This record gives sequence, C-alpha cells and structure tokens, in this order.
Amino acid sequence: MSLLEVKELSVAYGDMVALEGVSIEVAVGEAVTVLGANAAGKSTLLRAISGLTPPRAGEVGFAGERIDQVPAHERIERGLVLVPEGRMVFPFLSVEDNLRLGAFSAKARADWETTLERVYTMFPRLPERRRQMAGSLSGGEQQMLALGRGLMGLPRLLMLDEPSLGLAPLLVREVMDQIAAIREEGVTILIVEQNVHQTLKLADRGYVLENGRLTLSGTATELAASDEVRRAYLGM
Amino acid sequence: MQLTLQIIANGLLLGGLYALLAIGLTLIFGVLRVVNFAHAEFMMLGMFGVYWIWRLTGIDPYLATIIIIPLLFAFGLLCDRLIIQRTIGAPEVTVVFATLGLSILLQNAALTAWTADIRSVTTHYTGMVLTPGGLRISVPMLISFAVAMLAALGLWLFLSRTFYGKAIQAVAQNREAAVLMGINVRRVYMWTFTVAVTAAGVMGGLIAPLYSIYPRIGMSFIVTVFVIVVLGGLGSVSGAVLAALLIGLVEASAGYLIGTAWAELSYFLIFLAVLIVRPQGFFGRRGAEVFGGR
Repeated sequence: MSLLEVKELSVAYGDMVALEGVSIEVAVGEAVTVLGANAAGKSTLLRAISGLTPPRAGEVGFAGERIDQVPAHERIERGLVLVPEGRMVFPFLSVEDNLRLGAFSAKARADWETTLERVYTMFPRLPERRRQMAGSLSGGEQQMLALGRGLMGLPRLLMLDEPSLGLAPLLVREVMDQIAAIREEGVTILIVEQNVHQTLKLADRGYVLENGRLTLSGTATELAASDEVRRAYLGM
Repeated sequence: MQLTLQIIANGLLLGGLYALLAIGLTLIFGVLRVVNFAHAEFMMLGMFGVYWIWRLTGIDPYLATIIIIPLLFAFGLLCDRLIIQRTIGAPEVTVVFATLGLSILLQNAALTAWTADIRSVTTHYTGMVLTPGGLRISVPMLISFAVAMLAALGLWLFLSRTFYGKAIQAVAQNREAAVLMGINVRRVYMWTFTVAVTAAGVMGGLIAPLYSIYPRIGMSFIVTVFVIVVLGGLGSVSGAVLAALLIGLVEASAGYLIGTAWAELSYFLIFLAVLIVRPQGFFGRRGAEVFGGR
C-alpha cells in the first residue's frame, strides 16, 4: 500500500522552475531516497510535500487522501513529519523543550512521555544535555536532536533533508546508523542526501532528480550499479 | 537623600508606564517580526475610551478600563485580520508602511471624531499621594506601575514556564520549524498581536486620570518606547522592562537636575552610548533579534 503518492508536482519560485512534473511513491515500511546534485530540487520536493512551499501544480496524496490543500501544520497531525535541512532546532530552548515541542500535535502530545523515553534511549547523548540550550550543542548533537524531535511527532512517514550535511565523517556514520535504527522500528522513510554511497545502503529504492525533473528510478542496487549514478554521484 | 529617593521613585513609576507599552511592542517584534508603529495609538484609543465612558456615564476610570478590554481586544483582532495578517512574509518596507499607515489612520480618525481638543479625566484621586517616609507617591501612578509589573511578571511566567509559552518562543526562534512541529503560526501571531495591543489600550486607560488626552498623544510616547525596546534587546521581555525602568530614571533625574528640556536628550545620549558598546541591547542576541522569552 502506498503511503505517499506525489503526482506531477511542479514548484516554481517566481520565474524559476524548481520542480517540474515530479511523481514519486513511497510504500508503507519502505525507505526511499531522492538523489541529485545541489539545486536539483530535492529540498523543494520535501518542502512541497510537507506544505512549507506551495506547489504550482500537481497532487500530494498521503495515506489515501489528498493533502495538497491541507495547511502545513495540520499535516503533522496525520503523521507526515519533516526533519528540515540545517536541523532548525530552537536554539534558545532547552533540549527537552525542543523534544516536547516535537510532540505538539494532539495525537503525539497525549503520550509524549513514553515517546520521550524511547527517543532518549535511542540517542543517549540527549538526556545528558536535556537542560542545555539546543543552540549550544555541537552539529552532530543538533542533528540527533532534530531526528529525535521528528520522532516525537510519531511519524508514519519521516522525511529527512540532508541529515548528514556539515557533519564530520565519523558522525555521518553515526547518524546514518541511527536512521537505519529508526527504520528498523517500522518508520517509513523518505531521505534526501548528498552522501549517496551510504544512503543507497540504507534505502530500498531511489529516484534521481536533475534540474527539477526525474531522470531515473529503481531499486537501490540498480541505482548503485547504474553508470549514471556511479559517474555523477559516486565519483567512479 | 530625601530628594534622591523622590527622583528614583518618580523615575521608576514613569518607567513602569513605559514598560507595559514596551513589552507589547517587543513581543510583536520578536514573534511576528512586525515593527508596530501604531502601538501607541492603541494606548490613545484606550485613553479616549475611558474618557468617554467616564464623561458620559460617570463610571470610574479604572472600572471603565476593565469595560474597554473586550472592545480593545475586538479592535485588535480586526486590525490583525485586515492589516497585520496580510503583511506577514512581505518585504520590511511593506510592514513599515502598513503599521505607519494604521498609526496615521487612527490619529486622524480620532481627530475627526473628537477634534484636537485636549481633555482630561479628573477624579478625587487624580492628585492623591501616599507619603511614606516623607516621599510623595502618586496613587494613580502607583496603580499603573503595579499593573504593568504584574503583567510583565505574568507574561514572563507564561512564556518561560508553560507549554504554549514555549510554543510561542519556538515561533519567534524559527517560524518554519514551528510549523513543522504542528504549531498554527498564524494563530500565534493573532493572539500575540491582539493581546499586546490590548495591553497598550489598558495602559491608556490606566493613565487617563494622569495625562492630557488628545489624538496625537501616542506620538509623545512611541519614540521613547522604541528607544526602550531597542535598548532592552529587540524581542526581549525582561530587557524591555529593565530598559523602561532605566529610561524612566534617566528622564526623571535629568529633568530635575539639568532641566526638563534635557530629559529626552539625556536618554538618547545613553541610547547612543549603549548602541556603540552593545549594539544588541541589554538582553538581545547579536544579529538574531530573536527572543528567548526572557
């Protein structure tokens, strides 16, 4: 059963077309990646699905319903959660307050303490810093906080925008392992990453975006083997 | 010694008046990123509201202040719906023109409706003073000071201790991330703006027995209040309170020691000095203009 269904989505910023006729699907339990160079439209795709950026044309379906007219803040209630590019933690709020706000939607708020325990178990460095301002954390810790905050919203689909951006190689490994662990818990994942090699290990399927259009799609193994991906993104 | 204490008391009381306006203005800036040039006009409306209720029915000004709260609130909602909501996300100049336009509109509407006559509310307690230890403390001033400080304390507790308060901080710190948490940002904007301008109106009601009432009275307050907000750090509630009390003290002491003409000049000099040494204000964060509800 497909959880997310994007049909012929187009987005433009003024005259600049960022996405044109993009259609993707994510089934329940899958991990899907969208690959592409800088400014290929990957972030725009996730922003349009989450409702931050209004599309010019096309449809977004989630769990069998059209949601492209639903305001962004109401999409979270349905289990559509985006961990944005650049982490966007609330810098002058404590780690714990950041996490609590992740469970702002009514459904998640009902049982936030249980979810918090789960998140703390998953990211043991967060409870150590629970009273610290989020802005004082290191980049890697902020990324863990952003992931944890996303999980607090009880996502059915967790969208991740460049979770390893700006992290040291060792931390990239750690974050990717944590994403794999989140996946193991049964959360469906749609991930956009520059780190193509590691992402293809994590994902079941993938799409390739170029200048706002889909040029390729297939299983992770197929993509990793394709000449185009190897040349353009894996440097082989 | 007695004189020093008297100046300090006068200064703090005056600062308390400024504080209630400054908190609202800094909150609107911190949360909505809107510079509300019309802020003191809501105070003017509050003054006239209380004046007319008192004049036409004889109801006590403090009771009248309570009566006008729902009216101010409704008017704040209307301004939010018609003007403020439409400027969110627009370029800064649009926001400035919109609120400046609202300010001019309200002033001229008041001029048309009530003429430029200077009016005043006189009650038996207008000139009432307490004399603890030989000091002279104006009772109406003390009441408005107490209300302002209680409002500041309540707001600070709400922002720093409650879940919804933290959600408002989240909106101020990162609007997009707040949307991604499921927070209805437009509703937060609506409440923030409406409550802040209602507070400005209430402040007008409280000082109606103290000040002359005329359509352009806001002009004589707004510049001072802007200085306070920048001095305290844009978006900082406790900074605004601190700066308001400081400016009150400076105005009172310079007015007494050097002459009333120097009162405004002196705090502008302090303002410039602070901007040179600490451009982000007392509690502001450099380059961020983000408030942490402090």
